[in-house]
Amino acid sequence: MANAHAVKRYRGIMDWLTTVDHKKIGKLYFGAGAFFFLLGGIEALLMRIQLMYPMFDFVSGQTFNELLTMHGTTMIFLAAMPLVFGFMNAVVPLQIGARDVAFPFANALGFWTFFFGGLLLNLSWFTGGAPDVGWTAYVPLATEPYSTRGVDYYSIGLQIAGIGTLLNGINFLATIINMRAPGMSFMRMPLFTWTTFVTSALILFAFPAFGIGIMLLTFDRLFNANFFDIAMGGNAVLWQHIFWIFGHPEVYILILPAFGIISEVVSTFSRKRLFGYSSMVFATALIGFLGFMVWAHHMFTVGLGPVANALFGVATMLIAIPTGIKVFNWIFTMWGGKIRFTTAMTFAAAFIPSFVMGGVTGVMLAVPPADFQYHDTYFVVGHFHYTIVGGVVFGLLAGTFYWWPKMFGKKLNEKLGQITFWTFFVGFHLTFFIQHFLGLWGMPRRVYTYLEGQGWDLPNYVSTIGAFLMAISTVVLLINVVITTIKGEKAEADPWDGRTLEWSIASPPPEYNFKQIPLVRGLDAFWKEKMEGKKEMTPAEPLQPIHMPGPSILPFMMSLGLFILGYGIIYHRYEFDNAFLGMLFNSKFVAILGAVIFFGCMALRSLFDDPGYHIEVEELQEKEVRA
Amino acid sequence: MSQANVHSNGQLPPQPERATLEGRNKITGFWLFLGGETVLFGTLFGAYFTLRNQTLNGPTPQELFELPLIALATLILLTSSLFSVFAVQAMHRNDLGKTRMWLGLTVLLGLSFLALEIYEFVHYVSLGHKFHSSAFGSSFYALVGFHGAHVAFGIGWLTLIFLQLKRKGLTTVTAPKVYLASLYWHYVDVIWVFIFSLVYLLGKVAG
Amino acid sequence: MDRHPARADGYYEKVGLMELIRWQKLKRVFPLLLAFSLLLSGCSLTGTEPGPLDPRGETGQEQLTLILLSTGIMLFVMVVVFVLFFYVIIRFRQRKGDNEIPKQVEGNHKLEIIWTVIPILLLTILAIPTVAFTFGQATDYTEDPDAMLVKVTAHQFWWEFEYPDYGIFTAQDLVIPVNTTIQFELTASDVLHSFWVPALGGKMDTLTGITNKMYLKAEETGVFKGKCAELCGASHALMDFKVVVYTQEEFDAWVAKMQEPVVVSEDVARGQEVFKSKCMACHAVDSSIPSIGPNLDGFASRQVLAGYLPNTDEWLVEWLTATQELKEGTTMPQVPLTDEEVEELVKYLRSLK
Repeated sequence: MANAHAVKRYRGIMDWLTTVDHKKIGKLYFGAGAFFFLLGGIEALLMRIQLMYPMFDFVSGQTFNELLTMHGTTMIFLAAMPLVFGFMNAVVPLQIGARDVAFPFANALGFWTFFFGGLLLNLSWFTGGAPDVGWTAYVPLATEPYSTRGVDYYSIGLQIAGIGTLLNGINFLATIINMRAPGMSFMRMPLFTWTTFVTSALILFAFPAFGIGIMLLTFDRLFNANFFDIAMGGNAVLWQHIFWIFGHPEVYILILPAFGIISEVVSTFSRKRLFGYSSMVFATALIGFLGFMVWAHHMFTVGLGPVANALFGVATMLIAIPTGIKVFNWIFTMWGGKIRFTTAMTFAAAFIPSFVMGGVTGVMLAVPPADFQYHDTYFVVGHFHYTIVGGVVFGLLAGTFYWWPKMFGKKLNEKLGQITFWTFFVGFHLTFFIQHFLGLWGMPRRVYTYLEGQGWDLPNYVSTIGAFLMAISTVVLLINVVITTIKGEKAEADPWDGRTLEWSIASPPPEYNFKQIPLVRGLDAFWKEKMEGKKEMTPAEPLQPIHMPGPSILPFMMSLGLFILGYGIIYHRYEFDNAFLGMLFNSKFVAILGAVIFFGCMALRSLFDDPGYHIEVEELQEKEVRA
Repeated sequence: MSQANVHSNGQLPPQPERATLEGRNKITGFWLFLGGETVLFGTLFGAYFTLRNQTLNGPTPQELFELPLIALATLILLTSSLFSVFAVQAMHRNDLGKTRMWLGLTVLLGLSFLALEIYEFVHYVSLGHKFHSSAFGSSFYALVGFHGAHVAFGIGWLTLIFLQLKRKGLTTVTAPKVYLASLYWHYVDVIWVFIFSLVYLLGKVAG
Repeated sequence: MDRHPARADGYYEKVGLMELIRWQKLKRVFPLLLAFSLLLSGCSLTGTEPGPLDPRGETGQEQLTLILLSTGIMLFVMVVVFVLFFYVIIRFRQRKGDNEIPKQVEGNHKLEIIWTVIPILLLTILAIPTVAFTFGQATDYTEDPDAMLVKVTAHQFWWEFEYPDYGIFTAQDLVIPVNTTIQFELTASDVLHSFWVPALGGKMDTLTGITNKMYLKAEETGVFKGKCAELCGASHALMDFKVVVYTQEEFDAWVAKMQEPVVVSEDVARGQEVFKSKCMACHAVDSSIPSIGPNLDGFASRQVLAGYLPNTDEWLVEWLTATQELKEGTTMPQVPLTDEEVEELVKYLRSLK
């Protein structure tokens, strides 16, 4: 093999910028997602401080609106989704017995577009104000002249990040369809892989709608279009339909992978196979499908009329049925098991009642006349934080403690983990439970302050205390990560007595994952082998050289090009004080430069094929001996 | 990850685009991508149908659309789609010359379609139907222009493949590219059929 | 962290950031938390003033019925899940030294059917009244001779109310008679807002370019708070209004008073001059005509100033001199006024009873 190692393998920072290895990309997602999670958390704290007392003036109404917009946008697009993608990247190829994802290059491109999109969005803080219109960006508020330039950063930043998300969705669908190991039929896939599959499908069909939505918004704001300009025949409700056709599936995009994580963790730490596996799969698919049918329940007060309201209300209630199936299946997975309450399992267990509370308020909100009272109040804020924090974040934290050894080769400290859990759990309920009542006592959401004497003072104070408890919890987790990285105990390949394929290989896995692709003989493939007294999987192929995709800087450069293009568009007709800057932007030079970089890199990728490189049998055996 | 991408003897497997895992992945992924594209265009169609009656003082669809011109554009695009089928068939016969010839012809027809569309837009603008003159204008140009941008991108893509085929020949690496570009071209064509019937024909009939 | 002018005279308790971190303050909170959980189980579950849980109108009552029904069903579900959950996590913990591998159960069809069918039944119980009330509350009373029509237009950040039957335009105070169905036609002039009177029933978005309809019926006299419930800009939080529910007689008197032409007495003539030159471009003082800004006929009798401030002379001065600080982003510009002009203007506005 003449071309072995012909491709340059980078080290240090260049390694991270050029990597196409799904495990490294998973870590990149994880790191960037965690960073944005902290940012969104700080934004939340600032808001909670502002709401601590009536008529407090810690931040102004304008700043508060920017904070609430950036908190929502950051948490959903730049924290929760990347963290989910982090786990998908780190785990799904391992769970299906693959050496990589279907499109390693596009995978890297997906990460970098997300990263540069998120960066662009957050730079709005330094250039005259972040978006101030809520993450829903309802028009006409989100059009000129009612909002700041931050909304341009919102639409362009999310457009760029959205490209990456869409690529990811396609990538994981293709990976799961084409690259399962021999014997890994669809109905033998671990549930996290299943939820990844359904989530990816939701991304594929939901994100393009949003992409078009924000494209139209950009056209209106920067190119004089009239989609949402009422005076010119535009339509404000059109935006709401487009947004929620995307926006509702989006919440399932977040929660389904969390369901998957919980299923893995509950099953592993109960030492039982998942109760009702096929109904779990069926419920996942049904939730995904129904997720597209219910968007107008966000619009009960828009005046769509009783027919639409009743239909969408009842359709929404239906989602409770597959969700209920899942909850009972988790409980009965634990039933009769031998539950080990590691931190991962504690989070997974706490997920169940917390998420159920978010779910039941969801059904309550599906009753249109009752929603007339709940809508846009703190009741809704309480509800969706119960699903997104009590659901998604609990799931992500469970996943963090569960897969950390596999991703980083070290086990997180369990004692600190328990502190993280209890402060987070108490802080979470303290913050959000009372918010349901605030809503029922008449407090609208997205208000930067409130007058005293309405009975809202104490509940808001309590809520803020809870938020600080969650902050403490996050700090403890960070300390845990630092301590673990410096002197944590080295993790074995299978530290939790796992059931799925990722635990059958070293922690962290070698770059090629599986020396030989495993033969899968049933659900919980690794557990099955262990029960038969074997230590590892039966290989499905002889030992042979492994072909690996070559690293590439192009994904990074393409995203950089989009970033520059984005800036060029935002400022293409902005009146600069600085003549030179004015010339660069107003002549569209910057925009064209960005486009040339982007399309140029794309052409390079097409013209020069990646030969990749091979890992030879000798090297594989050598590694084996060293391990 | 098979390494069967180099065929020194010049032989191609019967379905070269599906001969490697990479090729199969690309085809699966691309079909999925087209699913997403459908939502993109669906949303634009939705916006167009919501806003198409908001012509304000500008010309209405009935006054604007000239079906003979559009019919010609349709014919050109459909023919180009057929040519891209011939290109894939030539590729299956391992006939590099014919593959490139049909690809080249596809590009030429694509360019003439684009030229017609640009002429059409310029003509409309002279009649007062502009991107920013009404919500109808915005939604029309967004939908049809978005399709036009797809055609332009397709032309660029097909040209790149046309060029690199000369150097690389037909291999299991280049075959999926030809196949996918042709698939993309068909898709853009199908979208045009919808635009032709739902925007132009319906606009002429129902307004 | 500028000093908020709304606290200039200590009207609102002054709280500094440093107090947040004072332990003594925190120490006081823990008993509060305890007390709070007791409160929750006690009498104040419905809040301290009328609202969704303690409605004073027919619409709100119906909505409360649905809120309680759905809460009841959902509490049942939660109790079932919680009991099972806590039983399982206590009963099936791994004991020390027990390394036996549990039986690997695939599932149980009977159980799975039970927890599919029971939720379907529960949801059916909820869905039937849901659909019924959804259609019921969509009734249009525009043609009903017993109902009264009020046109609501939301602006950044104030509310305009038009009574077409009486030819009255007013703002900020929505005056309605008790026990009468009020049919609302709602729209907005700039961005989206949402019209909400928690005590009477919720809620309908006011959309630009579209007119929405809803009705409310107050069953008790009094003053209730009204809110904007859709993010509409920097001062969204301050976009409040008041609903004043009168008896039929009181309401008729109010209508008669509003329909009377405005009489200006001698001693406020100078203030009127100032008003004409500085304010009249946007504000009318005659309730029979609409205006760009809030119509100020009957201003002195309004419940609050600028939607949320006490309607006193001091606050009026404050409002006239620090408009943008009191309501960030309001369309009312800071009008340049001398101290004397302010004084005269206040006197004049006070005369608009």
